[in-house]
Amino acid sequence: MIYILFFAKYREQLGLAKLELQPASVQSIAELVESLKQVYGDRVSFLNDRNLLISVNQEIATSQTAVRSGDEVAFLPPVTGG
Amino acid sequence: MSHNSQHVTIQQATFDVARETTLLLAGNRAVGAVVTFIGLVRDVNEGAAINGLYLEHYPGMAEKEIGRIIEEARQRWGLEAVRVTHRVGNLKPLDPIVFVGVASQHRADAFRACEFIMDYLKIRAPFWKKEQGKKESGELNSKWLDARQSDREKQAAWE
Repeated sequence: MIYILFFAKYREQLGLAKLELQPASVQSIAELVESLKQVYGDRVSFLNDRNLLISVNQEIATSQTAVRSGDEVAFLPPVTGG
Repeated sequence: MSHNSQHVTIQQATFDVARETTLLLAGNRAVGAVVTFIGLVRDVNEGAAINGLYLEHYPGMAEKEIGRIIEEARQRWGLEAVRVTHRVGNLKPLDPIVFVGVASQHRADAFRACEFIMDYLKIRAPFWKKEQGKKESGELNSKWLDARQSDREKQAAWE
């Protein structure tokens, strides 16, 4: 199972804080993004944001990063802490 | 840097600057310079009064990312201790948000490292601010703040 988290305005747009996905269908972040777009359509339009941040297991990742069962993936809006 | 001389805390409760500084220096005899930074909630943003600020974060990653930033600062400068305390949850104007304290043997390292840590925290640490304001009508509205280009530029200048 891949665990996917959404934060802040992305969570509000999608209406979900987290999802679980079967890993068999997906090997990379890019494939995961495609899969989410197919299922959720406009609700995940933020996946096209130029400044979207992606993390895998709490480290910054890219669309090329591999994903496997047990991974925690998060889609993060540009941060505004501090 | 001596053992256990890096502390990252994320909390809802407010913090006291004097206490944070005391904790920063605890048990450390090699310190000649201490630089501290405190970030506060503004009461006006772009002309509009702010009623409150809600701070969301990614538990686990926020602490790790700040830890990574501190590690980068340690690679660049000689540091004896670093302490970062960041609040989350509901805050009011003029509330403290973040404390960054750096202790070093020399002031140049302390000044630079403190600024570096804040500049990187602003663009990497997974926190998000939702500003609660009031329209002229009296109606409350809230919006997630956008990341600032100026923060990106400031961080890029260190590279």
